[in-house]
Amino acid sequence: MDVSQYLEIFIDETKEHLQSLNTQILELEQNPENMDTINEVFRAAHSLKGMAGTMGYKRMQTLTHDMENVFSEVRNGHIKVNASMIDCLFQCLDALEEYLATIQETGDEGTNDNEMLIKDLNAMLTGEKTEEAAAPPAPPKAATDVSKEKWRSIPLGEAENHVISEAVKQGKNVIGLTVYVQESCILKAARAFLVFKALEELGEIIISNPSAQDIEDEKFDFDFSIIMVTDCSVEKALAAANKVSEIREVCGALITPGGTEAVEPVKGTQETVAAEAPAAAKKVEPKPAAKEPKKENKAVEKKGKPVVNRTVRVDIEKLDVLMNLVSELIIAKNSLVSATNIEGATNAGVNEQIEYLESVTTNLHESVMKVRMVPIESVVNKFPRMIRDLQKKLGKKMELYMSGEETELDRTVVDEIGDPLMHLLRNSADHGLESAEVRRERGKPEVGSIFLNAYQEGNNVVIEVRDDGNGIDVAAVRQKAIERGTITEEQAEYMSEKEIIDLLFLPSFSTAKIVSDVSGRGVGLDVVRSKIQALSGEVEVKSKLGVGSTWIIRLPLTLAIIQALMVDVGGEKYAISLGAIDTIEDISPDDIKLVQSKEVITLRGSVIPLVRLNEVLGIESTKDSSEDLIAVIVKKGDKQAGLIIDDLMGQQEIVIKSLGKYINKSKEISGATILGDGEVALILDTNALL
Amino acid sequence: MDNTKKIDDVNQYIVISMGDEQFGIDIRYIDNIVKMQHITRVPNVAPYIKGVINLRGEVLPVMSLRLKMGMENDVETKASRIIILRLEQLGMLGIIVDEVKEVLTLDEEDMEKTTSSNGKEEKDSFVFAVGKYGESLVSLLDLNTVVSFD
Repeated sequence: MDVSQYLEIFIDETKEHLQSLNTQILELEQNPENMDTINEVFRAAHSLKGMAGTMGYKRMQTLTHDMENVFSEVRNGHIKVNASMIDCLFQCLDALEEYLATIQETGDEGTNDNEMLIKDLNAMLTGEKTEEAAAPPAPPKAATDVSKEKWRSIPLGEAENHVISEAVKQGKNVIGLTVYVQESCILKAARAFLVFKALEELGEIIISNPSAQDIEDEKFDFDFSIIMVTDCSVEKALAAANKVSEIREVCGALITPGGTEAVEPVKGTQETVAAEAPAAAKKVEPKPAAKEPKKENKAVEKKGKPVVNRTVRVDIEKLDVLMNLVSELIIAKNSLVSATNIEGATNAGVNEQIEYLESVTTNLHESVMKVRMVPIESVVNKFPRMIRDLQKKLGKKMELYMSGEETELDRTVVDEIGDPLMHLLRNSADHGLESAEVRRERGKPEVGSIFLNAYQEGNNVVIEVRDDGNGIDVAAVRQKAIERGTITEEQAEYMSEKEIIDLLFLPSFSTAKIVSDVSGRGVGLDVVRSKIQALSGEVEVKSKLGVGSTWIIRLPLTLAIIQALMVDVGGEKYAISLGAIDTIEDISPDDIKLVQSKEVITLRGSVIPLVRLNEVLGIESTKDSSEDLIAVIVKKGDKQAGLIIDDLMGQQEIVIKSLGKYINKSKEISGATILGDGEVALILDTNALL
Repeated sequence: MDNTKKIDDVNQYIVISMGDEQFGIDIRYIDNIVKMQHITRVPNVAPYIKGVINLRGEVLPVMSLRLKMGMENDVETKASRIIILRLEQLGMLGIIVDEVKEVLTLDEEDMEKTTSSNGKEEKDSFVFAVGKYGESLVSLLDLNTVVSFD
């Protein structure tokens, strides 16, 4: 079967299942008795197995199969979740992710059999099982549980009694069994059938209650009873029945013909056989522990069950095409607007239609943008697991608190933001948080906290990574920078704290005293910065020694189309993103003051540095120096600057185009756009100007 | 077999003139030739980068071949053209030339490789071979060198 066309779907869905497994197993670690989670885990493992099987990835299938077995045993209450099991399961997930990565690259799953893991999984199954079987926790006496052993009340006819006594004469065992199916079981009949099948392999079933036909038709509640004749022991029969999944409990015992004649076939309702060797009747623990959370979770399930999204998977390239078409439309609309302006068209009808077109294109643009938006959840979901692993690796206690996972960003941004965030979290875990002893000395809670908050702020999305650790030791950074020759001592004298902290973002600058495999090679922060800058975002850090650090990432909500203010500088047209603009001010040349030989103005109490754009852009201003100046006040975080321009041209929706690989050295320019008349205007990067 | 060999051996070049010299550009790298149009200046870049133009909705950088090769700055005339190159790594890029003359087909025999030692002038370093062009000669441009950064 050619499955290559399903490969992408397989990869996507496998990723989803792996993520779900990661999350659920983490949850399980916190709450090992939660049946709901166990079921969820089981289902995910089961689907994974099925998918891998369909695609012909045998190794993946084997591994997931063994994982599923473990989950199944957990679900049936045969084994309990413990720390080593969780560790092993996480290793399995890592192995599966490895398979997936190999598949993604080569289309083949590779040759790693992960035998060790499979061995571990099987050891978990058998080891735990024998342990429990060897020491059955004082099985309650059969007598007390007679009510459970419903097989005792199977009405026996003459024929059955005859068979039983014959069997006993031949030295065979006659066993009565009652099988309880899990209440969550959907295909009861199928499970019952499997039990029948398993038992029939061991011997002959004489009678069942309800009848075999009724069981097949699912005409039973959650239990059924069987009397069978076999050569095997009671234990073996019980174990065989128990092996079937979704069986909650099996109880049974040997039937001795306590006197066939005592049983009166006419009455037939009371089987008076005495249970022999009650100790042999292996009772599966009714799991009182597991039952309770089950109830509670059922309630949760009712309200908390995630609503299935009505979604369609769309190739991002198709969206790109759609987006480009919208861009074209907006450019065409802009040309139309400028054409009618030039001709001074007085036709009111044309203007009306253009306004209509404008509203349609704006709406279309917004809808397409929304389609491209995805919650950052898909990225941040993997972090709890990462923090858990780091915790073990670093030997520090820490807790990750996340908020705003539902914040949406453009798909392309979300795809890229994972690595930088991971770097920052690792950084916080490794460098930020102190060891438990130090924390205790400092009077902080032993368990360190790392916060990941995301929220929207105007046209930006802000993602904060905060920790309550040590904070950045500015003196140490300064010392290190001087040692490395990054800055001279004189330079260090004049550098502000912020500037010193900014040094951390330089390539190969790490202050970690010990290089660990978590972080500390100094490749982290400069990568973080360049990655975020590539997404037209920015990163800054606030830190207080001994209290903690906050890393703030700001990302533009949209990448392709923005509202911009068009300005004139020296006869050239430039665009400034409206999102960056605070206000526009007219200022008289007399108001300009000099601070440290830099031009500033005082505006509503704050001192704002001025940037003469014509000087930055290398062009002559068209304005006389005595004329009033127009300053566009732009902001970035809490920083402000006034950009001096020659003239305002108005607001416009612009489509951002890249300048191409050939000109990426111009740092004042973040891109270009095509105006209504076909001319190219450049977009100013206000972040670079601040 | 013979046919494929022929195609391999035959190279087509667009002949352009710059001042009183003729240069050839491998036709396989040319996407388009457009008339001079408004070029938006990009501040603070190398002087030979003239700026960007709008080509059917895409923004493309444009460089001056004259300035890059150490010749005098361009004087825009009616014959001035922008040759749009499509390069594997750098994408689309426009270069300004004085005039586009014709397409020239050259056999291997008609071309003579230049050696780096005889490059007296700066512009000679951009030429990888010289081809026969009627009675005169045409310098074939090595595009990789032309578009490389200084």
